[in-house]
Amino acid sequence: MTTWLLVARPRGDEARERGRALTDEALLALGEEGGAIAAVDAETIYEVDLEDDTGDVDDATVDIFRRLFSDPVAETFHAGPRADGALPPPPEAAESAPVRTVIVRRRAGVMDPPALSAVEALRDLGVAATDVRIARRYFVRGTATGGALSDEAIGRLARRALASDVVDEIVIDAATLPARPPAGDASAPGSRRREVAVRELDDEALAALSRDHLLALDVHEMRAVAAHFRKLEREPSDVELETVAQTWSEHCKHKTFRGVIEHVTEDADGVELDRRTIDDLLGRTIVDATTAVTSGEDGRDDCVSLFADNAGVVRFDERLDVCAKVETHNHPSAIEPYGGSETGVGGVIRDILGTGQGAWPILNIDVFCLGPPDLPADELPEGSLHPRRVLAGVVAGVRDYGNRMGIPTASGALIFDRGYVGNPLVFVGTIGVIPRGRSEKGARPGDRIIAAGGRTGRDGIHGATFSSLELTSESETMSGGAVQIGNPIEEKKVADVIEAARDADLVHSVTDCGAGGFSSAVGEMAEEIGAVVDLERAPLKYPGLTPAEVWISEAQERMVFACPPDRVGELRALFDAAGVETTDLGRFGADDRALVVRWEGEELLRLGPEFLHDGLPRTRKHARTVVPTLAPASETLAQLDAGGEPLGAELRAILGDLDVASKEWVTRQYDHEVQGLTALRPCAGPRAVGPQDAVAVVPRPRSTLANEAKAPAAVVVGLGLCPSYGELDPHAMAMAAVDEALRNVVAAGGDPRRTSLLDNFCWGDPNDPDILGALVRTSEGAADAARLFGCPYISGKDSLNNTYRTAQGERVSIPGTLLVTAVGVVDDAARLVSMEPKAAGEKLYLVGVTRAELGGSKIAGIRALTRAAPPRVTDRAPIVLGAIANATAARLVRGAHDLSEGGLAVAAAELGIGADLTITVDLAKVPWDGGGAAATDRALAFAESTTRLLLSVDPDDAARLEETLTGAGLQAGRDFAAVGEVVAAGEPGPRLTVTGLAGDAVIDEPIDELREHWRAPLYRVFGQQPPTPTPLGG
Amino acid sequence: MTENVAALILRAPGTNCDRETVRALELAGARCDSVHVDRICTAPGRTDPAFSLDPYGIVAVPGGFTYGDDLGAGVILGNRIARALGERLAAFVDGGGIVLGICNGFQVLVQAGLLPGPDLRGAVTLAPNRSGRFECRWVHLEGATDRSPLLERGAILPCPVAHAEGRLAVRDPGVLDELERGGQIAFRYVRPGCDAQPVPHPFNPNGSAGDVAGICDPTGRVLGLMPHPERNVEPFHDPLWTRRRSDDALHRPGPGLELFRRAVAAAPGAADGEEAGVALHTAD
Repeated sequence: MTTWLLVARPRGDEARERGRALTDEALLALGEEGGAIAAVDAETIYEVDLEDDTGDVDDATVDIFRRLFSDPVAETFHAGPRADGALPPPPEAAESAPVRTVIVRRRAGVMDPPALSAVEALRDLGVAATDVRIARRYFVRGTATGGALSDEAIGRLARRALASDVVDEIVIDAATLPARPPAGDASAPGSRRREVAVRELDDEALAALSRDHLLALDVHEMRAVAAHFRKLEREPSDVELETVAQTWSEHCKHKTFRGVIEHVTEDADGVELDRRTIDDLLGRTIVDATTAVTSGEDGRDDCVSLFADNAGVVRFDERLDVCAKVETHNHPSAIEPYGGSETGVGGVIRDILGTGQGAWPILNIDVFCLGPPDLPADELPEGSLHPRRVLAGVVAGVRDYGNRMGIPTASGALIFDRGYVGNPLVFVGTIGVIPRGRSEKGARPGDRIIAAGGRTGRDGIHGATFSSLELTSESETMSGGAVQIGNPIEEKKVADVIEAARDADLVHSVTDCGAGGFSSAVGEMAEEIGAVVDLERAPLKYPGLTPAEVWISEAQERMVFACPPDRVGELRALFDAAGVETTDLGRFGADDRALVVRWEGEELLRLGPEFLHDGLPRTRKHARTVVPTLAPASETLAQLDAGGEPLGAELRAILGDLDVASKEWVTRQYDHEVQGLTALRPCAGPRAVGPQDAVAVVPRPRSTLANEAKAPAAVVVGLGLCPSYGELDPHAMAMAAVDEALRNVVAAGGDPRRTSLLDNFCWGDPNDPDILGALVRTSEGAADAARLFGCPYISGKDSLNNTYRTAQGERVSIPGTLLVTAVGVVDDAARLVSMEPKAAGEKLYLVGVTRAELGGSKIAGIRALTRAAPPRVTDRAPIVLGAIANATAARLVRGAHDLSEGGLAVAAAELGIGADLTITVDLAKVPWDGGGAAATDRALAFAESTTRLLLSVDPDDAARLEETLTGAGLQAGRDFAAVGEVVAAGEPGPRLTVTGLAGDAVIDEPIDELREHWRAPLYRVFGQQPPTPTPLGG
Repeated sequence: MTENVAALILRAPGTNCDRETVRALELAGARCDSVHVDRICTAPGRTDPAFSLDPYGIVAVPGGFTYGDDLGAGVILGNRIARALGERLAAFVDGGGIVLGICNGFQVLVQAGLLPGPDLRGAVTLAPNRSGRFECRWVHLEGATDRSPLLERGAILPCPVAHAEGRLAVRDPGVLDELERGGQIAFRYVRPGCDAQPVPHPFNPNGSAGDVAGICDPTGRVLGLMPHPERNVEPFHDPLWTRRRSDDALHRPGPGLELFRRAVAAAPGAADGEEAGVALHTAD
């Protein structure tokens, strides 16, 4: 083998140009010590292994190297035999500042897509390359006065800004590039049955076995395993034990949600008020509510597939159904934010690809709950990454996967709370479309098991069980294998084929390899019929994996197809043409419906479905709810008005709060327009800065409708999550989250009667009765909301054990968090409404009642309110949202925006920001129900009562709007009122003017200032300024 | 229309704007074949002998991240095309064919040496954005040449950009002058209502030299641009479409369609004097 070493180094001007962003990042990472850095720039180093018989590397080959690995305009290029790996000296700098170098490269065995592409490209151009390794070398220049960076600082910089310890190797100040050991171990015995003795173990030994093997099974479950194999009169193989652990993981089986819960309700003094046994919490709440709203003559009849598949499926139009799935990828993202969020996105996209016989993804969703990005370094728990780093990493991961796959990422949310510091939450979702009738699926006996996509490696071992364990300060080192880097182009290649394969009837069933890898994918598909797998056929990234590792590896970008045996050639030919590797792993169907795994003929696993799928012992857990004692409204209102800043100052404080502030820094990094289907973007209005409530996509634009005499229909996606209400009342929090998600859909022109829901629970330690009690109440709230609005849940996921043990041993659970995703169908895309008022002269209607609901609100945080009542959804909510939907359907609404965090004042400010027009609001006109307590300016301006929207209405349509609302059962003055106007901007610019109950202007602020105040915070986190808002109107 | 124009949409692993590019060309009246590059380049450096560009009047390379942009934007596909198809594409253009590269397709055409053309080979590149980040936003383009049949000098076209490596950089400042003299600067980023130069971020979204958004070859028949005109062909593509009051709001095609119509009109296969394109209206 010959190895060449190639170096591409940016030329002077280019080095400075490219170095600017790197330098900014480095300064930010080092904080106060960043002053010691003058500049950072970087070059790329390639090691190319050539086949033995290549002989001399001729000039033509060097020219190919040059063209593939360097840019003639921007870079200089060095090429030569590797020899001892000597690197060219660092570039001269104008000022003779001392320089330190940092080499960063992927650890052996970690996915490195560019390296794989480089090998393929070289071979395609006729160069016999066998391997390429890529490294980046950073040149970190100290200042002339400060000298070079210290060892400590350069190490910290490398780990914080340049590399990810988990997946990267860091080499500092090396003049030569050290050789990297090969991944895998060719000499390791790969193929033998390994038995694990369990039958004679006592409880202590069983618990130790579970812990040592990262099985995440408790002692009851381990006992059931031991008993099963005693009955079989043999010991399990390691493959069998791992399979049981994967199949029985909390991640796959939802043990808590499906188990038995003893729930006690107490008052504040510990007096028991109620006691009940809940057998199957998920069944009694989410599932029962969905059954209720989809049954009976008036029941919803647009559900196609509920909870049965990788995604929920509902009717869309004459030809298509729409499918939706939202997942979490919390623990991997805590350890390696970029790879964690990236592979989370990749996984949820595969859920859509693996829905029915294969669906096409059209929209991505991302929601992050993170610690505050300005957290002081000394408050960071040991072993945790700083929230700012997590934020940068998870955004980059979602960006790179979605942008590269060509799926618009347009719907999202971002919440910051100290409770997420040690255990950030990363929700990722995908919406897809599938032709009607193609959601039916099922492997049949005799079908071949065809694996397609990436190869299997040691990466991603134990993801399913890892996600079921708590994070500790050692998780990073312990579970590095659970963290991976994605390869979106590999997945895109699979996606490019999936529709053709489906439409040619080549697919009886398909699913993705997610948690548990082949064990879960094949296991689930074979649940009813069994399967025989010849595992040694699985293609590997490198040698040396044990059969158990091959079976449970969660290596990314793999899918499993059930293909009729006489059609296998066609399926594989389709994949071949797209450059996707396929493997025939065996057949579906086995005696006694058993799952059988063989390695070169030797049987490593044989488990029947009655044990594997039904043998899991039910868990029995205890839960407690303490009824909160809340302050009466009068007390809260008095507390609210005691002291305090002028309302304008409080409004600015809330607009500058990161939860409320513009998310533009994130959304501009996402391609929210690719595929050309996006009809409502995250950024609304003539300056493209308005915070759009719900985004919309048009899956079949008019250009594809051919001769169909119909308008294109749209999918609208809204999100709801309000963890801040949960501490006061988890039931109210859940209902508020559903209400918020539906409000967003309605604001965009959707209708609750055509909207379906997804639930994602992220919770702490389910063995803590109070935390489990909150989960019970949240689930009940989510179910009650579904019944109230008549909206089914079509898909959901729970992630428990989101806890973190600090180095001091203190155990921290995250705030219980429910994300509700609402997916609405709008039959005529022309009915879509963007959030901003469209013209001066429009009237502003506030629909919905304001109450003294300030608990968990933004103003409560500022005014330090205690025990204030959180917002509650009333029985009138579906009437309110239905009435607004009628109005948008009649095209009577020019702009609509929901009231959420910060209440009316924030919503009104956002209207002004979105429209670039003056907004006036008269608080005296706001419909108020204080339960006897008189309204105050502050409560009217900042209360966060649910089910409220601001509509801007053409004055010519005002009478018809009022008729429509009253016709739907609302009462003017009580349920809605005209509260303000849209006015042409005066000099020097538009204003927000809010008139108080006494008739004086309690808020009078220039919109331009509010806008920049609201846009800046997230940019400021990264030391940047928001760009000038681009006028779209020309 | 008496004769149909056929367009070849060249795909590779990671191409992801092929569907909307097909839709735009179909709306403009072309018949489209979406073809994976492996079907043409069947073996290292080899081209399928049965493959011919003759049936086509247009070759379009859509946006995306071909081969992940793993060795730089458009590098791998550009080199593959140059090696396997370079001569045929040159002959195709000589014969009056239209070659259009959008976003990643532009980067591919530069890497393949088709842009700016043989005399300025290796003089222009598309480098990382000045902001160091991927950016997705709407910008305004101004047609800057009379040379290309695909655009009108002075016409303003709003459309989105979505890229991380779109900063046009030149070997030396003289290259910009040469491009200008040759009429090869096709589109410039402009700030509406403001003539000051250089155009600041975000109006020039990536820091391109000379505010250049797209260039053509000396014939004007090979055009590459970073922004996405195919994302401004449907009525709802206009980010302000919800401001329109009439039902017409969802029927008027976006101004980006004009570029595709011109491409179809200029491509061999189109009959003279016939207006290309199909009506966007369906029965209402």
